[in-house]
Amino acid sequence: MLRQIEGSRAVAETVALCRPEVVCAYPISPQTHIIEAVGVMVKSGELAPCEFINVESEFAAMSVAIGASAAGARAYTATSSQGLLFMMEAVYNAAGLGLPIVMTLANRAIGAPINIWNDHSDAMAVRDAGWIQLFAETNQEAADLHVQAFRLAEELSVPVMVCMDGFILTHAVEGVDMLDQSTVDAFLPPYEPRQVLDPDSPVSIGAMVGPEAFEEVRYLAHLRQLDALDRIPVIAAAFEEATGRRSGGLLSTYRTDDAETIVVALGSVLGTIKDAVDIRREAGERIGVVGITSFRPFPFQAVRDVLCGARQVVVIEKAFSIGFGGVLATDLSLALHGTDCTLRSVVAGLGGRSITRLALEDLFATAARGQLEALTFLDLDHGVVERERERMMATRRSGPSAENILRDLKAPRRVGAKEKS
Amino acid sequence: MTTRPVRFYQVGSFAVGNRLLEDGDRTVQSDLNRANSIDSGHRACQGCGEALGARYALDAAMRATNGQMVAVNATGCLEVFSTPYPETSWRIAWLHSLFGNAPAVATGVSAAMRVKGKPEVRVVAQAGDGGTVDIGFGCLSGMFERNDDVLFICYDNEGYMNTGVQRSAATPPAARTATTDAVGPEPGNAFGQGKDLPRLAMAHDIAYVATATVADLHDLEAKVERAMQFRGARYLHILVPCPLGWGSASDDTIHIARLAKETGLFPVFEAEYGKVTSVSHIRRRTPVEEYLSIQRRYAHLFGKKPRTEVIARIQAIADRNIERYGLITDETVGATREVTA
Amino acid sequence: MFQVRIHGRGGQGVVTAAEMLSVAAFAEGRHAQAFPSFGSERTGAPVVSYCRIDDREIRTREPVMVPDCVIIQDVTLINQVDLFSGLAPDGYVLVNTSRSFDELGIGDLFNQFHHDHLLTCPATELALEHVGRPLPNAALLGGFAALTHQVTIGAIDTAIRERFLGVVGERNAAAAAEAYKIVMQEEETADAATN
Repeated sequence: MLRQIEGSRAVAETVALCRPEVVCAYPISPQTHIIEAVGVMVKSGELAPCEFINVESEFAAMSVAIGASAAGARAYTATSSQGLLFMMEAVYNAAGLGLPIVMTLANRAIGAPINIWNDHSDAMAVRDAGWIQLFAETNQEAADLHVQAFRLAEELSVPVMVCMDGFILTHAVEGVDMLDQSTVDAFLPPYEPRQVLDPDSPVSIGAMVGPEAFEEVRYLAHLRQLDALDRIPVIAAAFEEATGRRSGGLLSTYRTDDAETIVVALGSVLGTIKDAVDIRREAGERIGVVGITSFRPFPFQAVRDVLCGARQVVVIEKAFSIGFGGVLATDLSLALHGTDCTLRSVVAGLGGRSITRLALEDLFATAARGQLEALTFLDLDHGVVERERERMMATRRSGPSAENILRDLKAPRRVGAKEKS
Repeated sequence: MTTRPVRFYQVGSFAVGNRLLEDGDRTVQSDLNRANSIDSGHRACQGCGEALGARYALDAAMRATNGQMVAVNATGCLEVFSTPYPETSWRIAWLHSLFGNAPAVATGVSAAMRVKGKPEVRVVAQAGDGGTVDIGFGCLSGMFERNDDVLFICYDNEGYMNTGVQRSAATPPAARTATTDAVGPEPGNAFGQGKDLPRLAMAHDIAYVATATVADLHDLEAKVERAMQFRGARYLHILVPCPLGWGSASDDTIHIARLAKETGLFPVFEAEYGKVTSVSHIRRRTPVEEYLSIQRRYAHLFGKKPRTEVIARIQAIADRNIERYGLITDETVGATREVTA
Repeated sequence: MFQVRIHGRGGQGVVTAAEMLSVAAFAEGRHAQAFPSFGSERTGAPVVSYCRIDDREIRTREPVMVPDCVIIQDVTLINQVDLFSGLAPDGYVLVNTSRSFDELGIGDLFNQFHHDHLLTCPATELALEHVGRPLPNAALLGGFAALTHQVTIGAIDTAIRERFLGVVGERNAAAAAEAYKIVMQEEETADAATN
């Protein structure tokens, strides 16, 4: 049923339809509305049987999920940003143990400086942990991906993280076609664990593994992620058959057929990019969009197939590896190796900075002229950065940079001092 | 003719003790049908107190639960020596996740059993003192506070033995570890530090808190059995001497554990809902020197010039415990001797 | 696409207002998107929320930069926040006040806009009267329906009752209905003055 609903609410209700048996929660903005809503459903008895556990930290949240999943229960949790980093050790552990936990990641920047707004630094920080990472473009997709995530996770015994942009999606109220219980039940069979803590058939889970076998265990995990590359489209197709709706898959394309320039991005910014692309199309530019839904496993072949015809690929991402550059761009450059395609990396929207259609139009126009640099920081205020560097040069005890920059921004603007790139 | 009742401590070994008992009163360990939760062949050192403690405790828990039990293990010696891939010493359902999260993982297992309609399956979580008082304390306190149905057992060997004998918040004053070396003007671990976990556990008002040592098997097993009679969070703190870390003879493990209790340095008691309900009294008043002098971690106190003032401070700790828990009764041999403070 | 920006203070139901507006538009079969300004603002701090209404799927995720209508829930923000940023000359403004624009000191601004696009609504008074609490958001949505005709008062009524159940919903809906009447009347007066 189509409903006008907050993204978090849509995800919470959809997760409930997946009949999770143990949900553990530690609050962190902007994930809170999701776990609050699930908590209410458990407390009221609407979601039963289910154990909702208010834990004392994210580290405990993932740890409870590990215990529950190993004991054969379908386990779910949600987090963001610092919370994900606080549970990092358990995030790796869940994947290493092959436990099919599903977690919503309401994407948010990582401090310091502390920042509650959206970017993808958190998801990127755990890209090597062994979790499948799926990115939602809309709240519709965020909700749908959770149903697919449970099935994918349990089929492969691999944990799945559904990434949705914090605030931008979690707090947005928009139309979402909500699934019903019978559809989800038909799509998602009960959880049959590969390994389970059963006193009547005892096994040891989590043994120490030395050099003689560690590489093989790791490689097996890699193979299961590669299996996911096959399973993700199959599950998306099954989902479409069950619901009549296309959601998920490895990637999505928009006006790419004859595109000379293809813009690649993750998550909700794809919507704004599509609006900007339509306008550039009207101006006669052959430009299209590819949204990466499955970031881990990374669909190298599918990406290469869809991008190889383009002359130029512009990657817009809300995260970067400091001292290096774009993260998604790095993956894409490998995917494009050996083609004639030029790759341009754009870092944008860090810490919640708005990515506007106008800024994107300018960016695409620059790209069309072949003038986009290899690495660009969208809407970066170079002036303010330079002034802080000057202060740092001028005196050893220049103080905390973040605070200096804020003070600088509040100061009366000197004429000609602010130069935007 | 006058008769004197025979006391087990007078006849020595457990085997003798068991022989003199009715079948029903004999220890779980003396039962041929015991679970052997942790089986032989593991890689623990000779005289390992932790292996012994785990064996006693888990077999007792298995009997108390009719075998319907899952164990969660923190990273540490016990985990490492019991599961050298691809072998395992565990004959029970066993899960190891991380160093600091055993209480939370146990919470998850317990919740799963409830939701799966198998509330008869009980959960025991176990860790060394590092995984309990230090890195695992946040999760442990959370598990206590929520009153999750988990028995948490701490095998306390007073340091990070798995990583090579470093100081933990359970390392006693003056003890030499690799990070509190016996050098400088105040050798060994500092005074005035450390966490008293049993009392912290009691402060959570959980159903059952008890301490035990590997020296008194009947007592330890009885406490496990008692613990399994409650639902909710429970805590058992077992002193397990470590020959490697303590620098003691491997055949002295039980002797040292007994001395820890007899000196008052390790008070053995039970508490329910935050109140002490029973204590194991000191049988023969023993000065701390007897306990300290047979452990190389305290060797710096017994050099050419004994550090009597440091020994006196340790004796004061024992005396404070004796007073706090009422460890001395009229039956205590040497009870009337002046307490040296 | 019709874009609305709502200014108010934390605790005044600014975010709820945008959400209810989106529900009202949705109830009439339109696409709508409501979202807050994503702050960690506490009670009393300036807060902004947004609502977009369109006949086709709304894809953009940028904040509303060029609003077609600005709703001001709290007039004390006038000298603190750039309330009219990006507003087109024919844009709509609805201000929660029982005073005139001259009294508020924004008479000059009044002259820059279509007079029948810049109206006031005593929403706090209406809320106190009907709901008993100074929460002007529901009443202002009634005023919004009258001012912009983007949604019907019936849809606003539905959205309010969906959000606030029972007697609270009824009372808020009554406040909105009265605000609707007041603003309709103001509009007629303004039209008459213009003609």
